Amino acid sequence: MNISGSEAVIKSLLKENVDTIFGYPGGAIMPIYDALYNYVNKINHILTRHEQGAIHAAQGYARVSGRTGVCFATSGPGATNLITGLNDALIDSTPVVCITGQVPSNLLGTDAFQESDVIGISMPVTKWNHQITNSSEIVEILSKAFYIAGSGRPGPVLIDITKDAQFSKTKFRYKKCEKIRSYHPYPVLKSEKINDAAKIINQAKKPLILVGQGVLLSKAENELIKFSEITGIPLASTLLGLSAVSCDHKNYVGYLGMHGNYGPNLKTNEADLIIAIGMRFDDRVTGDTTKYAVNAKIIHIEIDPSEIDKIIKTDVAINADAKEALIDLNKIVQKNSHEKWINEFRKCDKLEFDKIINKEINGSYDKLSMAEVIHKISEFTKGKSIIVTDVGQHQMVASRYYKFKEPNSNITSGGLGTMGFALPAAMGSKIGNPNRDVIAIIGDGGIQMTIQELATISQYNIKVKILILNNNFLGMVRQWQQLFFDNRYSFTEMKNPNFNKITDGYRIKNKKLEKREDLDKVIKEFIEYDGPYLLNVIVEKEENVFPMVPSGESVSNIRLE
Amino acid sequence: MKKKGLYQLKKSDNKIKEYTLSVLTEDKAGLLNHITIIFNRRKMNINSLNVSTTEITGVSRFTIVVHSSLESATKVVKQIRKLVDVLAAFLYEEHEIYYQEIALYKLSTKIFLKGDLVEKIIIRKYGAKILKIEKDHIIIQKTGTKVGTQKLYDELKKFGEILEFARSGRVALSKKKRKTVNFIKELEKTKSNKLNI
Repeated sequence: MNISGSEAVIKSLLKENVDTIFGYPGGAIMPIYDALYNYVNKINHILTRHEQGAIHAAQGYARVSGRTGVCFATSGPGATNLITGLNDALIDSTPVVCITGQVPSNLLGTDAFQESDVIGISMPVTKWNHQITNSSEIVEILSKAFYIAGSGRPGPVLIDITKDAQFSKTKFRYKKCEKIRSYHPYPVLKSEKINDAAKIINQAKKPLILVGQGVLLSKAENELIKFSEITGIPLASTLLGLSAVSCDHKNYVGYLGMHGNYGPNLKTNEADLIIAIGMRFDDRVTGDTTKYAVNAKIIHIEIDPSEIDKIIKTDVAINADAKEALIDLNKIVQKNSHEKWINEFRKCDKLEFDKIINKEINGSYDKLSMAEVIHKISEFTKGKSIIVTDVGQHQMVASRYYKFKEPNSNITSGGLGTMGFALPAAMGSKIGNPNRDVIAIIGDGGIQMTIQELATISQYNIKVKILILNNNFLGMVRQWQQLFFDNRYSFTEMKNPNFNKITDGYRIKNKKLEKREDLDKVIKEFIEYDGPYLLNVIVEKEENVFPMVPSGESVSNIRLE
Repeated sequence: MKKKGLYQLKKSDNKIKEYTLSVLTEDKAGLLNHITIIFNRRKMNINSLNVSTTEITGVSRFTIVVHSSLESATKVVKQIRKLVDVLAAFLYEEHEIYYQEIALYKLSTKIFLKGDLVEKIIIRKYGAKILKIEKDHIIIQKTGTKVGTQKLYDELKKFGEILEFARSGRVALSKKKRKTVNFIKELEKTKSNKLNI
């Protein structure tokens, strides 16, 4: 029996076990929405308030669940509103399938109403995209879309479907895509590379493991811990790698990068071996690459061959899935310990604590500091919540002070640095993993970029906790202006609205927190409340995030003040 | 001192040279755009580009010539290989390939009739071919390298104005004995990495 292209879309999603769609209807995608109406008992649709909200929600959903996030948007502006999210998902390797409506195929290229060259525009920001102009293509292309989005190094896929293809009839015989002759996402692990790596690992005196998101994506957390425990090698994490290793693991030495911990940054240049796993040597991690890891040999375990030797030249490149590589390495690396070396990190930790952390978390400012609020939340939730951060100072503070205990708990916009990411991503995270607490941590700038999603949270009673760290400044830019632009605060101060009144308008429970003596009580109420809750915390206006590796400088130049 | 045991970037890797990329792809609309934006984003200029179908139905070959360092060219090739619809991408230096370009020259027939000079020198010396003689113009065709077609252009110019001139992008084949069909068949068999190329 033939069905409409639109129905084929919905049935294909069901075949891919999609349980949630984030989307926003419009003219060119109406047939698909009409078909969806018959399946509301089988598939959940969340109507966001902006397409950017839909895609960030799909990203959050994907990142916590490991499944592909799905979103719908209409043609023209609906589709162009997805672009930021697509780029974000591409650079942070997040599997997302976006389905956009398109004007009827006979109107393509005519500047028709809400026509946009979505395929052209989204080309550089998708792992793959395709335009369907005939309903007979729908089944095959959608199965390809899910295969491509979720396999190898994951990424976003956009499928643009013309309105006539949505209407016209087609056969429905779904076959899950398992192979594409031009696409080979699973590298063959080469045993000689594993042997080469093991040799270097066994001889190293000061080795350091850099943990990237690849560890989480390949679900290699246990193998990684085993590797570190056999070899005794300390573990440091990138921003997106956070939560792959529990922060209280004895070999965990902290967070890398521009605002990371003192030890792992400084010791990068003392290490004689860097073992980078599922990470891509982002400039926020390396600083000046000519002065990075200057004494170290480099082993790079990476699934995407284009990342190998892209930024840092490797001595041993293991083009493989992190888990596979670690399983094989664990069989042959020698038992070892590097206690003296790890103790050097602990000395750095002590220095960092005395110079920065102690002051930050123990109330030495007049107003609350971001760090003490995060520290309190970390303690109260025992590090077991999913933390979704936006971009800026609060993001760095959350990454520094939240002590993650469980994997897939740190959802943030890392590569692209998209302000406005956290609120919608938190909704998606809660839907993707309803059993865990989800806390969105957002600045007063970022919240206003996607604040409309409070309506979505309210409508569907999505039980996310929203923490605004409010300093009435675009804090990170202000910090740079203070440090590198001679205190010239060019357009970074904000006269903000009353966030609590706004939240009242959305019928979401909320509170304003200003006084230190209320911190414990309010945080408890915030976390324990059964429902969405927005907490507007007024924090110190000109707090700086330290340590800091100044932009473009060597990691050795990390500043404690 | 940095000890680099297994990988040593040679100084010559940073020398700007001519490289030819040969890219086998699925015949898919938009792929040309997808490939060229990879160069664009890295501010790498494409000196010559040719796209054509191959001996295999549904498979296209892109031949792209760039001036670049080996390092940049290698990175670009890796990015091209990453595209889902790309079957394979090869990077060649000049000595690793057979390559040709084709040039067409339109001259006024009057110049041609001035004597046998044009025919003798130009056609014979350069191995060019007269494609068409019309009442008012003639078309000369030459295949060869860019240097060769340019030399002919310069010589012809001495006889008078060249009405129009067009040169194709480079087409190239590797000097290795390899059969594309077999190569594609191997790709079809495997789910793992594109073959070691």
